[in-house]
Amino acid sequence: MKVLLSWLKEFAPDIEGDPISLGERLSHLGLAVEEMSMLGEGLSGVVVGRILDLRPHPDAERIQLVDVDLGDGNATQICCGAFNMEVGDLIPVATIGSTLPDGMEISQRKLRGQLSNGMCCSPAELGLGDDHDGIMILPADEKSYSSGVPISEALGIKPDVLWDLEVNANRPDAMSIAGVARDLAASLGIPFSYPNYDFLEGSAKLTDLATVEIIDPTLCGRFAVRAAAGVSIGESPRWIQNRLLSLGMRPINNVVDISNYVMLELGQPNHTYDLAKVPEGHLSIRRALEGETITTLDGEGRSLIVEDGVIANIRGEAIGIAGVMGGLSTEISEETTDVLIEVAWWDPPSISRTVKRLNLMSEASIRFRRGADYGENIERALERIAYLLSDGGAEIASGVVQDTGSLPSRDSVKVRTDKINNLIGVDLAAKDMKSYLDSIGFGVSIKKGDLAVEIPTWRWDTKTETDISEEIARMFGYEKIKRTVPKGTAPGALSQYQKNRRRVREILVGVGCDETMPMPFLAPGDLRSAGLAEEAISLTNPLVQEESLLRTSLLPGQLKVIAHNQSHRVDDLRFFEIGHVFSVSADGGLLPDEREHLSVALVGVHVSEIVDLLYVLGNELELPNLQLASGEVPGMHPGRAAEILIAGKISGYIGEVDPRVLTSYGIDGRVAWLELNLGKVLSGPLGKKSYRNVSKYPSSDVDLAFDVPESVSSATISGYIRKAGGDLLQQVKLFDMYSGDSMEDGHRSLAYRLRFQAPDRTLTDDEVSALRAQCIQMVEKKTDARLRI
Amino acid sequence: MSQYQKLVDEAQGAAESSQNTEDLVAARNKFLGKKSQLSEAKKGLGQLQKNERAAAGKELNEVRVLIEEAFEQREIVIQEEVWNRQFESERLDLTEQFENLRRGHLHLITQARDHLEDVFVGMGFTVAEGPEVETAWYNFEALNIPDWHPARGNFDTIFVNLGDPEEVMLRSHTSPVQVRTMENHQPPIFIVAPGRTFRTDNADATHLPAFNQIEGLVIDKGITMGDLAGTIDSFVQAFFGSEVKSRLRPSYFPFTEPSAEFDISRPDGSWLELGGCGMVHPNVLANCGIDPEEWQGFAFGFGIDRLVAMRFELDDIRELVVNDARFLRQF
Repeated sequence: MKVLLSWLKEFAPDIEGDPISLGERLSHLGLAVEEMSMLGEGLSGVVVGRILDLRPHPDAERIQLVDVDLGDGNATQICCGAFNMEVGDLIPVATIGSTLPDGMEISQRKLRGQLSNGMCCSPAELGLGDDHDGIMILPADEKSYSSGVPISEALGIKPDVLWDLEVNANRPDAMSIAGVARDLAASLGIPFSYPNYDFLEGSAKLTDLATVEIIDPTLCGRFAVRAAAGVSIGESPRWIQNRLLSLGMRPINNVVDISNYVMLELGQPNHTYDLAKVPEGHLSIRRALEGETITTLDGEGRSLIVEDGVIANIRGEAIGIAGVMGGLSTEISEETTDVLIEVAWWDPPSISRTVKRLNLMSEASIRFRRGADYGENIERALERIAYLLSDGGAEIASGVVQDTGSLPSRDSVKVRTDKINNLIGVDLAAKDMKSYLDSIGFGVSIKKGDLAVEIPTWRWDTKTETDISEEIARMFGYEKIKRTVPKGTAPGALSQYQKNRRRVREILVGVGCDETMPMPFLAPGDLRSAGLAEEAISLTNPLVQEESLLRTSLLPGQLKVIAHNQSHRVDDLRFFEIGHVFSVSADGGLLPDEREHLSVALVGVHVSEIVDLLYVLGNELELPNLQLASGEVPGMHPGRAAEILIAGKISGYIGEVDPRVLTSYGIDGRVAWLELNLGKVLSGPLGKKSYRNVSKYPSSDVDLAFDVPESVSSATISGYIRKAGGDLLQQVKLFDMYSGDSMEDGHRSLAYRLRFQAPDRTLTDDEVSALRAQCIQMVEKKTDARLRI
Repeated sequence: MSQYQKLVDEAQGAAESSQNTEDLVAARNKFLGKKSQLSEAKKGLGQLQKNERAAAGKELNEVRVLIEEAFEQREIVIQEEVWNRQFESERLDLTEQFENLRRGHLHLITQARDHLEDVFVGMGFTVAEGPEVETAWYNFEALNIPDWHPARGNFDTIFVNLGDPEEVMLRSHTSPVQVRTMENHQPPIFIVAPGRTFRTDNADATHLPAFNQIEGLVIDKGITMGDLAGTIDSFVQAFFGSEVKSRLRPSYFPFTEPSAEFDISRPDGSWLELGGCGMVHPNVLANCGIDPEEWQGFAFGFGIDRLVAMRFELDDIRELVVNDARFLRQF
């Protein structure tokens, strides 16, 4: 909501202070100033120019040459990038040496060889509204607009302050000049009042011209109309146009401009009908019929549902969507002479649903869905519109015609002073609270130290004791609340899972991995390209197709990261990620199964390195019974993949990414990969680190080479060796792997170095021999592997 | 000793002229070995008179010591030369980095999140987490945002094709974690909830559709808005530095009342809006099974990405999700 200082002063004439401190005050009232501008400054040197000639720039297609008369009768050449003007038009011209409101300094320039002696200006460039689309063209029919006249004089612009305020959804009242003035006046301790809008009613009686009927009282709380005859459609007065422009609205014609002006001023959206197009002047308010259609003011055909509200004519045809947008059939046009003016109060949830369904946000619907004033402001708005139309020569029919539906019922709210003081952390007396509330129009009586509060009609969203606590805190001033710190009873801490997760990150960073955090969305086809199943949960309203699925694995996202880095010739890529993956609930729940995964990708290394890395993690975290089971895993090289088992449960997989997958992601070299269900792994019981005595006695090494069929994994062999070796076996290390000419097809040689050591003595040769024999015997008994001689 | 002077001179000369260990060993053998003149002379001692034997033995010993010293000194010199030759042949320029070993880097978001968590843990909070896909109950309704409420539009929610239309969504804030915590625990509650959140914001230099927030929730007996302001103040000083000030301004959120925005001071005296906060709305407490007449409290929240972007002066927040290693390794 934009507000002008001069306009605020019409409601609170005693407002004083410099614009910055007034802006601060507005911010502290909850009306945050997003932008402040000083209007009418920087306009000296901007004058009215008359266009004498327009011709193309000889060397630039997007620039034309404009000759203007700046009052001296001579042609001054200007280069201009806009094409919306014609010879004879009057336009604002910033002359050489002037500085525009945005700080731009105008000097003589040469554009592609042509001199430019100034600048033709758009309204936005003059700080008059938001219109950037083309040069401002002044109406030709006013005497004051002769060339050479300063623009501020021609347009009647006086220095003013414009604040753009952020108004919250619970402050429908502050969507108006009057509402902001009320708050500011209360804060400054100065009077606030509405000006009188006196006008003479004509002889026609409104009851003869119009009838209204609310058929659905849940939709419409009040529906009131007035009528004006003898309106001549044309431009509205300059001062109205200037204010609309300042507040960001484009002037249309006098009737529409007045309607908008009063909406901005009093916060009461309203609608004007061409009375001649409303048969018998009758309007009724009802819910729409399913599938009922209407063409709205913007020319769009709209199909309605029973939840929407409509204004219908006597023939039952919808001629407007309640609180959202008027219909095309009764639009004010050049021919309009008689105008029917509507001011109504609509049920906010109803309007909200229709706005959302039709995606039709408007200045009116923004106010209605927050809850417009349902009190006497309705009559005030009608009077204000009638006053302004009457001022323009229209004749106002006497009286108001209205019907009433269900209005919000607001019982007096009991407010406990203790409760408020305890909530805010202050010690205010009931009378202090009363004076804060009184100042913004609440009606307060003190009963036994507590308050009985009547809520004003312009605060639809305010209903409860808590709502009122906010008003008291706001008027007291948040910055004056004494700061304390709550006394917690328990110490803060990270959970064991959170500590372990940090440990995982530290370990991975320690081995040179960088942490990535790609977005969790995938494109259709990403999963297939990664060799994974294509069952992913989709988004209803994705921003782009490339981000329309929720990932089921961290693999596709990480592959994209690798491809990005390779395409920028970044090498030595070692990445890890911890993030959520999603799949449809296995047990029929509404929410997906959501898991926190860890992935590690090592680019350009042998797959054995990622296996080592997994064991580093396993040992550091004491993962119980970490084992790998060779097998085919989707997305992985068929001969270089394994499932990760922890405590006997499949908890992830490891391997080398399938080279076909890498090709489809455009990745060079090999990628070693692991992905773990971290949530599952770290939530289970982890082993405890315990002291194991370091032996002081010599150790003995034994090398064993086995002839092993491909079907038997190395981990199986080493597992049996460990089992047979028992506590005295300190270490088993695969030190050679060989398959070739000397081996039978489908067999390979695996050589292990076993280190035996006792904690309390030197092992004898006999003992070591016996252990060696036990190990060989176990392996040969349990598997098809045979000791190589 | 004079009769041995020549021998000593010869031995010293031989030691001096030895150019390497082999020559030196051979020369040493010649003068000190079993068949050397000295050894032979020692064998001859037995034939001397008893009274002469001691003096002659002493003399022989002195000669041996002299010769040994000569060879030892020469050995030291030769060994030194051997080392020097090795050092010369192994000379390396260590003034450049070799870049064979690298520590990895935590993502900036993780670094900031860890830091924030640590500050709040120090203030007596625990860290709560929850799912990123949520139901309308947790994301909106329990938080006092009914389906028609204009505020719903402010959340620009990304919905998920599960359940009824607009029933399941990517959480648009981490507040659902507050609801889940309150549903499962009676007060006192002191938690912060960091995590990923989602909105239909097109990615540009200052927006991402997936970003990170941290929210705090305190529910206990007699918690006041003064406690809220004081907690924000303590956090701001712990995180940004003791010179940084905070202030609250009235605002509106359906789930808190009174509501506020909180700002932090900048060195130039201006204020920067950091996040939102307020006293938890009684409807929210009641929705979560907590009696609002008995308990009250506050909540606050702000974006982590924006904080990071500010702190490190990132000119494009998209760097945080592109994961270019040249970016990741800077921090």
